[in-house]
Amino acid sequence: MTGIESGAAGFGQGGNALGRDNYLNHERGIKSWLLTRDHKRIGVMYLVVILSSFFLGGIFAELIRTKLLTPGNSALMKADTYNQMFTLHGAIMIFLFVIPGIPASLGNFVLPLMLGAKDVAFPRLNLASFYLWVGGALLALGSMVTGAVDTGWTFYTPYSTTTNTNVIMMVAGIFVLGFSSIFTGLNFVVTIHKLRPAGMTWFRMPLFLWGIYGTAIIQIMATPVLGITLLLLIAERALGIGIFDPALGGDPVLFQHFFWFYSHPAVYIMILPAMGVISELVSVFSRKHIFGYSFIAMSSIAIAVLSFLVWGHHMFVAGQSTLSSMIFSFLTFMVAIPSAVKVFNWLATMYKGSIWLATPMLYVLSFLFLFGIGGLTGLFLGALAVDVHLHDTYFVVAHFHYVMFGGTVIAFLGGLHYWWPKMFGRMYSEFWGRIGALLVFVGFNTTFFTQFVMGSHGAPRRSYHYQPQFEAYHRLSTIGAYILGVGFVVIAVYLIHSLLRGRPAPANPWGGATLEWQTSSPPPHDNFESTPAVGDPYDVEAWTWDGAVGGFVRRAPAGQPAGS
Amino acid sequence: MAAGATREGSVAGTHAHHVAHHFDNAEQQFESGKLGMWIFLATEILLFGGLFCAYAVYRSNHPEVFVYAHRFLDTTLGAVNTAVLICSSFTMALAVRAAQLGRRRQLLGLLGTTIALAACFLGIKGVEYEQKWKEGLLWGAHFHAKLAPSPPALPQTLPPVPAAAGEERSLIPPAAIGPAGLARPGRPTVAEGSEGPPHDVQVFFAVYFLMTGLHGIHVIVGMALLSWMMVRAGRGEFGPAYVTPVDLTGLYWHLVDLIWIFLFPLLYLIR
Repeated sequence: MTGIESGAAGFGQGGNALGRDNYLNHERGIKSWLLTRDHKRIGVMYLVVILSSFFLGGIFAELIRTKLLTPGNSALMKADTYNQMFTLHGAIMIFLFVIPGIPASLGNFVLPLMLGAKDVAFPRLNLASFYLWVGGALLALGSMVTGAVDTGWTFYTPYSTTTNTNVIMMVAGIFVLGFSSIFTGLNFVVTIHKLRPAGMTWFRMPLFLWGIYGTAIIQIMATPVLGITLLLLIAERALGIGIFDPALGGDPVLFQHFFWFYSHPAVYIMILPAMGVISELVSVFSRKHIFGYSFIAMSSIAIAVLSFLVWGHHMFVAGQSTLSSMIFSFLTFMVAIPSAVKVFNWLATMYKGSIWLATPMLYVLSFLFLFGIGGLTGLFLGALAVDVHLHDTYFVVAHFHYVMFGGTVIAFLGGLHYWWPKMFGRMYSEFWGRIGALLVFVGFNTTFFTQFVMGSHGAPRRSYHYQPQFEAYHRLSTIGAYILGVGFVVIAVYLIHSLLRGRPAPANPWGGATLEWQTSSPPPHDNFESTPAVGDPYDVEAWTWDGAVGGFVRRAPAGQPAGS
Repeated sequence: MAAGATREGSVAGTHAHHVAHHFDNAEQQFESGKLGMWIFLATEILLFGGLFCAYAVYRSNHPEVFVYAHRFLDTTLGAVNTAVLICSSFTMALAVRAAQLGRRRQLLGLLGTTIALAACFLGIKGVEYEQKWKEGLLWGAHFHAKLAPSPPALPQTLPPVPAAAGEERSLIPPAAIGPAGLARPGRPTVAEGSEGPPHDVQVFFAVYFLMTGLHGIHVIVGMALLSWMMVRAGRGEFGPAYVTPVDLTGLYWHLVDLIWIFLFPLLYLIR
């Protein structure tokens, strides 16, 4: 029985393909994975390594929080170890997890499927990006053995040029990771430009693709500047080039300018794909067409453009002139406009929808709440006078965790739960999914909301010792971190369990109208058995629940039987 | 469209294996490759952009250093090198044409000439580097040249500096307080009209070696790519139906050339 016949038999478009030929069993053996050019397998491999980095970075976070239970010296780690620990936590989470997170894993898997294409434009380059990631990660992590870096993830000069830890190795690793990121972005831009099917105009693309597109543009345009900055840092340390050394006529603040010229846009590399995920989920789980499609799409591009113009807000207190600070402050406030456009469009999508509180939707609601707080506290920090008080306090730490974690990681989890049945052909436990989402939400807020309060009272970030008056906050924050840890263990357990014992997933478990739901779960090697028809990606109301299939089928056009 | 169809038809059977399974036709594949390469070239420009930015910052912070120090560079060798690279771009463009016309021997010859010109460029660059090395005109911490008190008495090995040195000044007015946010002007520079070398001459050489060094690495990468193209051309892989790799290598090579065309006046011809 072919797949098409089983589809005609009422099992939905393609149905479940676990027992049939699919991308997971198309070829067998470890070599068929390591040398694959299939974007789906590369996406899954990225998922594995990215989640492993997340685990490692999370371990460091828990250790840091455990030390901070007490204000004084700790038997757990010495002050130097603490410095290395928060540096590694930051570098691993930023460069190995959050930046590649959504585009490289979910994006790689979903992007060609959403386009109805067979693969990305350059499959071999895609595999090369993956191995560049692996090589860069090994170099960066190798510095843990050869002299773990203690500069903080920003590698500010002149400390990074004088510390005796292995900055060169870490920075070289990140340089290589940067190439991985550039090639992924390049691949996605070309794929979106050249492989869109007939009928899918720019404004009929799913919004996730707009998010990925905006991200890819930033990856292409900002990452090379990080590349040259890191090369200069390496040259400074290895050859004494003197370009950041004031004793030789160099300028250490130039490093900060270069670094943030990349690293601020990088924040949007992290958040834009997350916003893309939310745009998909909010429509599907409100069972309603997305509201304000073109505004959401164009605001992605607006954010991408503005992201290049705000780096100076990291240097408000670094001797920048008042005029530049004012301009950067103004531009920073401008970013709030497209971000708010998105949030209000999502809210309007939910308004009068029939909201289905499945696990992915719980993450959407978390996202709206946490990103709201994260975004608005960004305005506090973008205001010049307030920033003088708040900079380098726990307020900043809380702010960017609300954006990075409350925004990107929560959306990543939402997207992971949304596409999980498509990726592996099995459903996870909905009950435990909701428990996990709840634990993450509670744990996260306990950890980081406390830090807003502590920071506004002036607690400095990154310090090993702290004043006893902050002890209660630190304890509460650490308890939150433990709850968060438990939440992730729960998620890991039920997701792994679902791989082995999960109920086979239908082709379209959530009633999404984008093309990836029109192939089997998991998809076949060539993605589609027959070229899917391109329609409105948010016509979710055309899909209706069918108990016999255990998933959604297309509502029958007048005069035809359902499920065809 | 009809042209595309006939083109595809004519290659069916012999070159169809060049079209990967996820592309509809050779046209789409070629356009994708070309777009990808242009984007990659944009990232290359941004990579160099960081150095151009550093150049701008340091030149505006230390204008007198740039005016003083650039005279240690050999303009003649720089100009010859510029000509060499422009010629190599020309032979590269001819090579792409030869590939399109399916003239294998001509293609091999032109690729070989391009590689030879690239090697010539690197050789001349090596001569220049050696000169700097001998005189200690190096970057940052390694700068140990003994600068004569006034420009006319430069190290003997250098050609005499034009007598006009005294009035030779940058047309860019020195920034009064330096671009805000960047470094303060550092140590006081030499007073107007006084004799003697300015402070921080090594800044110029740091910028010089970084920019030409990174460019040199790109030339070496280009030579490797060109050699690979020669191997593939030798196997007869290229013809009217399939020239993408030669075309893309050509684009890369022209970019390498173009960057040098910016480096040459910025470093050698400062006024």
